[in-house]
Amino acid sequence: MKELVVISGKGGTGKTTITASFASLAENKVMCDCDVDAANLFLLLNPTILEEEEIRFSKVANINEEECNKCGICEENCRFKAISDFKVDPIKCEGCGVCELVCPLDAISLESFTSGKIFTTTTKYGPFFYAKLNPGAGNTGRLATEIRNRAFNLANENGSDLVIIDGSPGIGCPVIASITGTDIALVVTEPTLSGEHDLERIIKLTEYFRVKTFVCINKFDINPEITKRIEKYCQSKGHMVAGKIPYNPVVTEAMTKGFPVVEFVDNEVTDEIKKIWGLLLKEVVSPEEL
Amino acid sequence: MIISIASGKGGTGKTTIATSLALAVSNIQFIDCDVEEPNSRIFLKPTIENSQEVNILFPEVDIESCTFCGKCAEFCQFNAISVLEDNVLIFKELCHYCGGCKIVCPNDAISESKRSIGKIEMGNLNGIEFIDGALTVSYPTPTPVIKQMKSYISKELDTIIDSPPGTACPMVESVENSDFCILVTEPTPFGLNDLKLAIDVAEKMNIRYGVIINQSDIGDNKVKEFCSKKGIEILLEIPYSRKIAEGYSRGENLISVIPEYESKFKNLYKKIQKIINSERVSSY
Repeated sequence: MKELVVISGKGGTGKTTITASFASLAENKVMCDCDVDAANLFLLLNPTILEEEEIRFSKVANINEEECNKCGICEENCRFKAISDFKVDPIKCEGCGVCELVCPLDAISLESFTSGKIFTTTTKYGPFFYAKLNPGAGNTGRLATEIRNRAFNLANENGSDLVIIDGSPGIGCPVIASITGTDIALVVTEPTLSGEHDLERIIKLTEYFRVKTFVCINKFDINPEITKRIEKYCQSKGHMVAGKIPYNPVVTEAMTKGFPVVEFVDNEVTDEIKKIWGLLLKEVVSPEEL
Repeated sequence: MIISIASGKGGTGKTTIATSLALAVSNIQFIDCDVEEPNSRIFLKPTIENSQEVNILFPEVDIESCTFCGKCAEFCQFNAISVLEDNVLIFKELCHYCGGCKIVCPNDAISESKRSIGKIEMGNLNGIEFIDGALTVSYPTPTPVIKQMKSYISKELDTIIDSPPGTACPMVESVENSDFCILVTEPTPFGLNDLKLAIDVAEKMNIRYGVIINQSDIGDNKVKEFCSKKGIEILLEIPYSRKIAEGYSRGENLISVIPEYESKFKNLYKKIQKIINSERVSSY
């Protein structure tokens, strides 16, 4: 069983569009959305929710006013400036527990709170896990890990060949949690100076975690010159450009209607996505052949 | 006055809006808080004058003094420490630099040393005071970099903050203490879904907000319907244009591609000033 993660560095390059198309093209797989603070894949997979579970692994410090003698040791030791005037700001508190540890009167305790929900679902494409984070809640890395684990375990139980992971933009906690230990990363980029800059950063990250990396250039015809430069860059780093998708408004139209684009239309966009999938499938089945 | 630009969904045009606003207004401070993928300097092209490291205190274990009691690992809320039979591993991908392990260690075997997790750069262009920061690749936590940049918020100038996407800690840290938040979206189901999430955060943080719809003529009408139903002001609409997309790809700012946008962004700024001022008056 293999894990394939779709990431991008820069946001809005087309990760979810591609992931949803893979969900439609792949067989015998489990899907999950690790973009936990702006999950969108469910909008295209049309899931039926089987189970809804509150996530309670985030913690926040609470000061018991009656027991507190306002010595200020907690505030002194808090590295996140979350305590002022002997009150905890729940948004700034990281739930590390240092204040609880240093309080001489045991007036502080860490309390679990609900930071969101994990949904176990079924779709016409197979099992699918995603989450909804409560507004502004933290711990996105931990949540991404949790979702991945569930997808992984179910895939193992079911004898599935593949887990497809939709990642989040950036290079921080949730991205690191989404890519560590995966077999293949597909980086979706676009031929813009921003896309190019962000691609180099995300590739550094996949190289750091030694994940085999493929690149897909979306809307490649917006700037053929930068597309060429990206191709050269990938070649120099030894990463294969698995495909180049042209700009086409039909991609947005498919999303608006709630379909993976490969189910909505047959054109040069979907031909290319199918070609990319074919390449990755070879990698999933027998990496030696490539 | 602090105006932040956020979105929920990535790639909706935050940086385009933030840099256009800065160029139209000028005489302003600009902070790019998207430290995972900072892009605004591509469009503003500032002259960088200063830089500084962002250091955190990272724990180290002196194996000679360690008794492998496991108290540090037990304490760590982030599972960043693994105590083995004869070694202790600290995972930098998980550590939040809280300092708790050092305090909890009964043998004083843990010390902390400075480590750089990123870099802040400061510069200037035509009256715009520019600050951005970059998180070093492989470190998971952007918030210390964002915090350090925000400690330089100007007392004299108004500030524009370009926020990272999403609705989790990096976005919260970036928009915190803003007087107004511009939420940039696109008229698609993804755009609408993530706009709603971003609105939830703005409302929870008591930040006044308005919406800009980018590529306003693609997709469907549901963002507009949602905004009018909720009474949310649509501050500006920017229709899709291949010319804008191509200009963006080359790092050209919206205002230099289509100069008419300069007055639109000046008006946007005035509109936001008016909203903030009217709120101040009404709260007396």
